Amino acid sequence: MAKPALKEHRIERQWCKGCGICVHFCPKKVLEMDEEDKAFAARLEDCICCRMCELRCPDLAVEVICETSGNNETPDKDQGGGNA
Amino acid sequence: MALKDYIRQRFFPHIWCPGCGHGIILNGLLRAVDTMGLDKKNIVMVSGIGCSARISGYVDFHSLHTLHGRALAFATGVKLSKPELNVIVPMGDGDALAIGGNHFIHAARRNIEMTAIVMNNRVYGMTGGQFSPLSGYGTMATTVPYGNIDHDFDVVDLATSAGATFVARTSTYHVHELAELITKAINHKGFSVLEVLTQCPTYFGRRNRIGDASEMMEVYKKNTVRIGSKKKQENPDLLERGIFVQKELPEYCREYDNIISKARQK
Amino acid sequence: MHDAIKFIQGNEVCVEAALYAGINFFAGYPITPSTEIAEQMAVRLPETGGKFIQMEDEISSMCAIIGASLTGHKTMTATSGPGFSLMQEALGYAIMAEIPCVIVNVMRGGPSTGLPTHVGQGDVCQARYGTHGDHAIVTLTASNHHDIFRMTIEAFNIAETYRTPVILLLDEVTGHLREKIEIPEPGKIPLTKRLRTAVKSGVDYHPYLPREDGRLPMSDFGDIHRYNVTGLYHDMWGFPTDKPQIVYGLIRHLVDKIENNTPKITRFRKYYTKDAETLFISYGASARSTLHLVENRRRRGENVGLLELQSLWPFPADIVREACQHVPLVIVVEMNMGQITKEVKLAVDDPKKVFLANRIDGVLITPTDIRNTLRVIQGKGV
Repeated sequence: MAKPALKEHRIERQWCKGCGICVHFCPKKVLEMDEEDKAFAARLEDCICCRMCELRCPDLAVEVICETSGNNETPDKDQGGGNA
Repeated sequence: MALKDYIRQRFFPHIWCPGCGHGIILNGLLRAVDTMGLDKKNIVMVSGIGCSARISGYVDFHSLHTLHGRALAFATGVKLSKPELNVIVPMGDGDALAIGGNHFIHAARRNIEMTAIVMNNRVYGMTGGQFSPLSGYGTMATTVPYGNIDHDFDVVDLATSAGATFVARTSTYHVHELAELITKAINHKGFSVLEVLTQCPTYFGRRNRIGDASEMMEVYKKNTVRIGSKKKQENPDLLERGIFVQKELPEYCREYDNIISKARQK
Repeated sequence: MHDAIKFIQGNEVCVEAALYAGINFFAGYPITPSTEIAEQMAVRLPETGGKFIQMEDEISSMCAIIGASLTGHKTMTATSGPGFSLMQEALGYAIMAEIPCVIVNVMRGGPSTGLPTHVGQGDVCQARYGTHGDHAIVTLTASNHHDIFRMTIEAFNIAETYRTPVILLLDEVTGHLREKIEIPEPGKIPLTKRLRTAVKSGVDYHPYLPREDGRLPMSDFGDIHRYNVTGLYHDMWGFPTDKPQIVYGLIRHLVDKIENNTPKITRFRKYYTKDAETLFISYGASARSTLHLVENRRRRGENVGLLELQSLWPFPADIVREACQHVPLVIVVEMNMGQITKEVKLAVDDPKKVFLANRIDGVLITPTDIRNTLRVIQGKGV
C-alpha cells in the first residue's frame, strides 16, 4: 500500500482555541504552539498524514489534506499508537 | 462533502472552552454522517440544555434545542410523526440521566429508532461545575465542597437494563472508534445509546486535579480497554469500550404502522 | 345521509372534533377525568392513519406534541390539573418557539391531587399564568356538546393562525356528561390549514420573521429548509440571541399577536341580555346551571340575562364592559374563588356591582345555588 503524502496542513487560526491536544498527541511532534497560543505545523516534513490532529481537534480547526496514490484510505487504524 | 459543509460556520469559533471534548464528539459525528452519506435534510438533531445542547446549533441539519432533560421526549414526537427522519439526540450526563432520567429509560424501553449520545463529562459545566449523577463517589464539585457522597450510574448498565437494543461506549481519545460507533448507532434499527467519555478540563479536570484536556484524554487511554480485553481480567477497575448490546427487537414506529393496518381492517 | 347523530360523553366529542379538525398526532398520559380522550384517541387515530402514543408522563406528552407539530402535524394532548401543572414548562416552550398545538385540560377540584373525580374550574388562572415569564395565551372553553365540538375545532384553527399553543378548558361535568351531538358534514365547519412557506430551496428562509399580517409561514422538519428551534430568545432564523432590541421585539411580538387580536379570538354567547337588569356571566358547566336559572326567571318575567364566555384568555374585556354597561347587577358564576370575577371587576366601570356566585366543594353549582346567591344580594333572603 502506497504511503500518503502530505499536500496541505491547514489550521484555522480564528477557530483554534489553543488547547494543545493536537500538539500533545501528534506521534511525530510536527505541531507546536506559537506565541499567541495557536497551533502551527513546525515540522511539516515529518508529517505522516495520520490525521490524528484533525480528528481530535475540538475546534474543527485542523484539516490535513493528503495525496495517496491509488488509495484514499487513512493508514492509521490504531488511534495514533497506544490504543489499548 | 467537506466537514465544513455540515456546520453553520458563522457560529464558529464555538462557545465551548479550550480543550472541551464536546467539540471532538461534534467532529466525530460529522465524520460519521459524511461516511454514511446522509442527506442533511433527513437529519434532525434534538438537544436539551447545557454545554452539550449547544451542539445542535452548530450542525446544518434541522435542529431542535429543547428543555433541560426533555430532548428524548421532543425527539419521540419528531420520530413517530415522521419515521423517515434520522433523529440524533446528543445529551449531557446531567441532562440525560438526572432531570431526563425518566425520559431516557422509557425511550430505551420503547425501542424507538433514535440515537442517544450521552456526552459524559461528569459535571454540570454550563452552570459552573456542580456534580452530576455521573460524577462518582469521592469526586469534587462546587456543590460537594467536602467531596461527593453520591454514587454514580453506569450508563451502559442502565441503558441495557432499560431495554436499549444498541448500547456502546467510547471516549474522545478513541476518535476512529467514536466515528465508527456513531455510524453503527445511527444505522441501528432501534433505540441506540452511545456513551462518550468527554473531558471538561475547566470544571471536572481542574477541580479533581486530573490536568488539562490532553491529560484527561490520556486517562481515557490508560483507564479503558476494548470489551473482552485480557487487561480487564488483570485489572477489574478498567472501563470497557465497544458495543455491549446489539440486538433486533420490534421497533416502535414500524410496530405502530402495524397498528394502523389493524385499525383500518376493523 | 351522514351518519352523525351520537349520544356520547363530552370527552368523546372532543376527540371527534379533533379528528374533524385534522389531528394526526396525540401524546398523553392517563389522568382522571380526561382519560377517555386518550382512550378514544388510541382507538380512532390509527383508523385515520394518525399516531397515538402514551408517554411516560405529562411532561413528555407535551414535549412530544411539540416535536410532532414541527414535522407538520396537527397535534393535541389532554390532561387534568396535576398533569397540566407538569405541562407548564413545555407550554412555555411552545409559546416561545411558536409551535401550534392544542392542550385540553378537563378540570377537576384542586389544588394538588385535590378531587380527581369531582368538578372544579380552578385552573382558569393557571391556564393564563401557569408558565413562567411574560406571555399571552389563548384559552377556550365550552358548556355543552355542540360547543365542545366547535371550540375544539376553533382551538386547532387558532393554533394554526397564530402559531401558538391553545388551551381548551373543559371540566369534569362537561367532559363526562352524555348528551346528543350531531357531527357536522365534513367541510361544513371551516378548517385552518398550516401556513407553509413558499420560499424556495437555496433562498434564505426566516422561520421567525412575521409577515405584514403578523403570521409566520412554517417549514416542516424534513423539508428543504433547515433552521433552528429554541426556547431561548432567538433571531429571525431561530438562533439564540440576547441582543436587547431583538429580545424586545420578540416578547412584544409574542404578546401582541394574541392581545391585539382579542376581538378575532373572542367567542361568547348572549342569552336575554338586551333588557337584562341582572346579568350573569359564566362559562363551562357553571353556565349550564346559570342558563337553566335564567330561563326559569325569564318565564316569571324577571329581566335576567346570561353572557356565556367561550374564550377566557385573552380576556374579552371589551365585550364584558359593553354587556355590563347599563346593568345594575352583575353576577359571575364559576366553580372557583373568583378567578374570572376579578377580571370582570377590572373590566367594568363600577366593580362594586359585580358579585360572585360559586361552589368550591367539588359539587356542580345548581340553579338553586345561584338563585340563593341572587336573593342574598337583592336582600330578599334565601
